[in-house]
Amino acid sequence: MLNLSLKELSVQLEKKTFSSVELTQFFLERIKLHNPSINAFLTIDENKSLLMAKDADRIIQNGDKKALTGIPIAQKDIFCAEGWRTTCASKMLENFIAPYNATVIEKFNQAGAVNLGKTNMDEFAMGSSNETSYFGLVKNPWDLLKVPGGSSGGSAAAIAARLSPGATGTDTGGSIRQPASLCGLTGLKPTYGLVSRYGMIAFASSLDQAGPMAHSAEDCALMLDVMIGHDIKDSTSVERKNENYLPTLNDSIDGLRIGVPKEFFGEGLDVAVQVVIDNALKEYTKLGAKIVEISLPNNHLAIPVYYVIAPAEASSNLSRYDGVRYGYRAAEYDDLMDMYFKTRQEGFGEEVKRRILIGTYVLSAGYFDAYYLKAQKIRRLISDDFRAAFENCDVIMGPSSPSVAFDSGEKKEDPLKMYMQDIFTISTNLAGLPAMSIPVGFVRNLPVGLQLIGNYFEEAKLLNVGHIFQKNTDWHLASPKGLV
Amino acid sequence: MKFNNQEIKKIAYLARINISQEEADQIENKLIGILSLIDKMQEVDTTAIEPMAHALDISQPLRKDEVVEKDIREKSLLLAKETDQSLFIVPQVIE
Repeated sequence: MLNLSLKELSVQLEKKTFSSVELTQFFLERIKLHNPSINAFLTIDENKSLLMAKDADRIIQNGDKKALTGIPIAQKDIFCAEGWRTTCASKMLENFIAPYNATVIEKFNQAGAVNLGKTNMDEFAMGSSNETSYFGLVKNPWDLLKVPGGSSGGSAAAIAARLSPGATGTDTGGSIRQPASLCGLTGLKPTYGLVSRYGMIAFASSLDQAGPMAHSAEDCALMLDVMIGHDIKDSTSVERKNENYLPTLNDSIDGLRIGVPKEFFGEGLDVAVQVVIDNALKEYTKLGAKIVEISLPNNHLAIPVYYVIAPAEASSNLSRYDGVRYGYRAAEYDDLMDMYFKTRQEGFGEEVKRRILIGTYVLSAGYFDAYYLKAQKIRRLISDDFRAAFENCDVIMGPSSPSVAFDSGEKKEDPLKMYMQDIFTISTNLAGLPAMSIPVGFVRNLPVGLQLIGNYFEEAKLLNVGHIFQKNTDWHLASPKGLV
Repeated sequence: MKFNNQEIKKIAYLARINISQEEADQIENKLIGILSLIDKMQEVDTTAIEPMAHALDISQPLRKDEVVEKDIREKSLLLAKETDQSLFIVPQVIE
């Protein structure tokens, strides 16, 4: 069970080689054994998971099995799951029991998947190392002294350590792709609006998007099939016909035009990472693809723009945490105002407060035009760069992250260094494009991820292009020593 | 950019976050660093460029005003620190 893909697990459940209860118990045991050293999960509820597994076994027995029926999937603790503690890794929501299901959770439930537990993350998804979690940092299974990336670091570490065969993540500026890269996984951020944000705790609403994380593109396709769909409960959810991502996985990539932006290979990129990326691109040319040099001239502005738009939206979204209706409330206060002030001082962590302050500043009187409006205008320039680039190529490729996993504590005290982690991922969030990271090699025994960026709603192409690579290589099958 | 202790306290007030002198001192340099990063935007001429608020440039959809949610009033009230029947209780604001 340990190394089987979601697809293989599905086949074995169908054949009744093992039951969903046995499979779920297997992973729950592994979590008990290894989670104390990795801290990938924040909440485990054996009874709830096993009850779901029993239901799944009944469905399988009745012959009504769907692709993910009976398969345990870990859920990032940003998704509200009815009856489950849902914390967003914040003291603010330490005791919050979600009263309803996020649409993503609802969809996995309807597919018969088993909720294996809630995974650790950066507090309110603000971070690139999983070090801002109120519940402690997550260790990278490839090297316990390194970070797993973030913000979906718990989901990434859980899959890499074989504590779960798949997990959900969310990506506002790279939070699926960068941890997937640092932990040697495949992770996909869909086109903005493809997956419902309902019940997904909001960080920056115009950028947030949920997506699958697993070992392979094929497994991500299976999960994405379940996750997508128009939702009237999310006004930014896109109305379009649901695709099925499996039939096109094996399409030929002969003649595929791969755009390689020169801006992704300059200063800041670890030279050893660049070598691995170059080798992956060579592998693609062997598989029939052609390399086209492209330019994204405004990419260097992506981080400045992001650190206006994301904090601005966050400062507005996080104003709901006032200690009145749910969440943390300060123990002592003089009056209503004092209650707000102390609740928010004590309930939010340092990075979250920093971003709320930046957001409040750029939206405050006299600064709106210079910052927020300016950022929105440059956002369009960044988006236009991609439109122009896709005139000449079918998919864009480059590194997912400028480096491999770094030491815990290395960048924690320097926000600017930490923010540079997302230099290659943020522009696609600003443009709303789909993008994926796949493992393509190692530097100093740590995984390197190749980023694949597609045009709007071209998830099927990205998954196809990733799958063809994985059919011809085995980087995605590598597993960390010691844990498995 | 002028960004000092005083300014930080003003913003913290707007954000309704209590901030100690020590915290204000600690955060000052970090915020100055972040704002100088953001200021790179000012190098770009954005005259005549339409601001982009949404990735797909679609407008807000409308739907019928029908109840689609389950009634979660009881469960929701349980999450609050202090309630009275169906009301959330906060410190008294009107004398």
